[in-house]
Amino acid sequence: MRESTSQADFWRRALVVLALLASAGVSGSDWESLNKDGIHDPRSPAIQQLQQPADALSKLTPDTAGNMVRWVQSLEKGEINPRANIRPDTKIRVYDSDVLLNLKGGMPIVRFPHRQHTLWLDCVNCHDQLFKAEAGATKFSMLKILEGEQCGVCHGAVSFPLTECFRCHSVARPGQAPRPSLPIAIPSGAVPPK
Amino acid sequence: MSTWRLGLAFAVLLLGVMPPVSAEYADVVLNRRAEKEGVRPVIFPHWFHRIRFRCKVCHAELGFKMRVGSNDFKMSDIVDGRFCGACHNGDIAWAPDRCDLCHSGKRGLPTGIYGGHETGGPGRW
Ligand code: HEC
Ligand code: HEC
Ligand code: HEC
Ligand code: HEC
Ligand code: HEC
Ligand code: HEC
Repeated sequence: MRESTSQADFWRRALVVLALLASAGVSGSDWESLNKDGIHDPRSPAIQQLQQPADALSKLTPDTAGNMVRWVQSLEKGEINPRANIRPDTKIRVYDSDVLLNLKGGMPIVRFPHRQHTLWLDCVNCHDQLFKAEAGATKFSMLKILEGEQCGVCHGAVSFPLTECFRCHSVARPGQAPRPSLPIAIPSGAVPPK
Repeated sequence: MSTWRLGLAFAVLLLGVMPPVSAEYADVVLNRRAEKEGVRPVIFPHWFHRIRFRCKVCHAELGFKMRVGSNDFKMSDIVDGRFCGACHNGDIAWAPDRCDLCHSGKRGLPTGIYGGHETGGPGRW
């Protein structure tokens, strides 16, 4: 009896230690410090001078993935105001139009918002290398996206990662069991593909 | 008791699956020449720069290609005001004489994007 209790204790302790280890590796905090992030050389003199991610990112609108910052909202709220050009003669182009993609599949429809993208990016970052500037002209594939093409050039590398399915698949189809908190209505101004 | 063992097995599995690096999402390591030429690899932090500049500044105005390793960054060009040197010129940002701030990486790291982009392809699901 006593014997089996202490054995159970052993396993329990081992589990707790391992779980702690595991969680420290996954998310000791939301942002790892530079000397422990696995890419900075802890002996580099820069470690003392570079900014720690947590110092800057913990002050911005939180997210659950990527940099753990909801960058679109952070920009819109004015928490950050990144420069759009460094040469005075560069034309800053912003375009406000939503495009609905994937009107036939089983997942909710994908709404691609131009405004949120062109606040950060220029047209040449997408047109016409990645996408044609015509609704319905590009053949999309979720598999290509997962392989780092199309939307996956940025999403999964620098912008919010592909694990956030419903941030892209955000418009429930008519008759589709609506995800709570998702509007069924198709937004005004949206351009359905031909 | 068997539940604990199951839990233990799961924890071990988690440990095994975990990536060895926990760099900040979208950190870039540049090491095409640096280490061969006797300096530490370069670390470019996207999170730090995007607080100050929109993507279009680097990827449209300055024309950086969006594919890690595809831009031929050379130290001589940087000192001449190209690439990182378009800003790291003592005017927009500190000058290129502060070697350690850019060359801060661990030796042996290949050029690439780090920070656990969770879905680099179906194989990583
Ligand atoms: C569009 C302008 C711009 C470009 C291009 C640029 N930087 Fe920067 N960088 C900045 C500014 C501004 C700072 C902050 C300077 C300050 O704090 O005084 C900075 C800071 C940094 C820092 C220090 C971050 C910290 O924690 O303090 C590093 C490292 C860095 N840059 C690396 C690079 C590398 C490597 C490149 C080229 C691949 C590059 N930068 C290109 C503008 C730029
Ligand atoms: C960056 C935006 C984005 C994210 C994030 C994203 N998708 Fe997609 N997905 C798309 C686009 C665009 C298409 C349109 C492809 C087409 O027209 O067939 C698509 C198509 C699909 C399709 C095929 C069409 C359909 O509706 O049956 C499936 C399945 C799918 N996505 C599942 C997912 C799942 C599961 C996730 C989360 C793990 C996800 N997607 C995350 C953009 C995204
Ligand atoms: C992040 C990528 C991205 C950026 C940046 C971008 N677009 Fe698009 N654009 C798309 C996608 C995706 C489509 C849909 C293509 C399709 O359905 O085949 C599209 C479609 C279009 C269309 C046709 C649909 C419509 O809205 O009328 C036009 C016009 C267009 N883009 C103009 C622009 C302009 C102008 C800019 C710059 C101010 C720009 N785009 C920036 C991705 C982008
Ligand atoms: C050239 C880079 C790039 C490409 C390609 C791209 N995006 Fe984005 N996307 C961004 C950036 C940058 C943001 C800002 C938020 C962030 O960085 O996490 C963003 C934000 C978004 C948002 C808004 C999220 C929010 O918080 O409101 C959606 C939705 C989205 N992207 C969908 C797509 C879809 C669908 C495609 C493919 C048709 C696509 N994106 C292609 C760079 C890109
Ligand atoms: C200060 C300059 C700078 C800014 C601002 C910047 N980037 Fe980058 N980006 C770089 C550099 C440098 C590289 C590495 C290029 C190389 O290795 O040749 C890179 C690489 C990339 C890549 C390639 C990743 C891969 O998997 O190969 C993508 C995608 C990208 N950036 C998207 C973005 C997006 C989206 C934004 C805005 C949210 C952004 N960048 C802002 C400098 C910048
Ligand atoms: C603003 C960031 C930055 C600063 C500051 C900087 N470098 Fe670099 N350096 C780079 C980048 C980016 C590369 C290309 C890395 C690669 O792909 O190997 C590079 C490459 C090099 C190389 C490899 C050979 C070559 O010519 O490309 C040497 C050697 C080098 N740097 C030395 C230095 C020295 C010495 C200093 C200080 C006087 C310095 N660097 C300061 C960003 C920087």
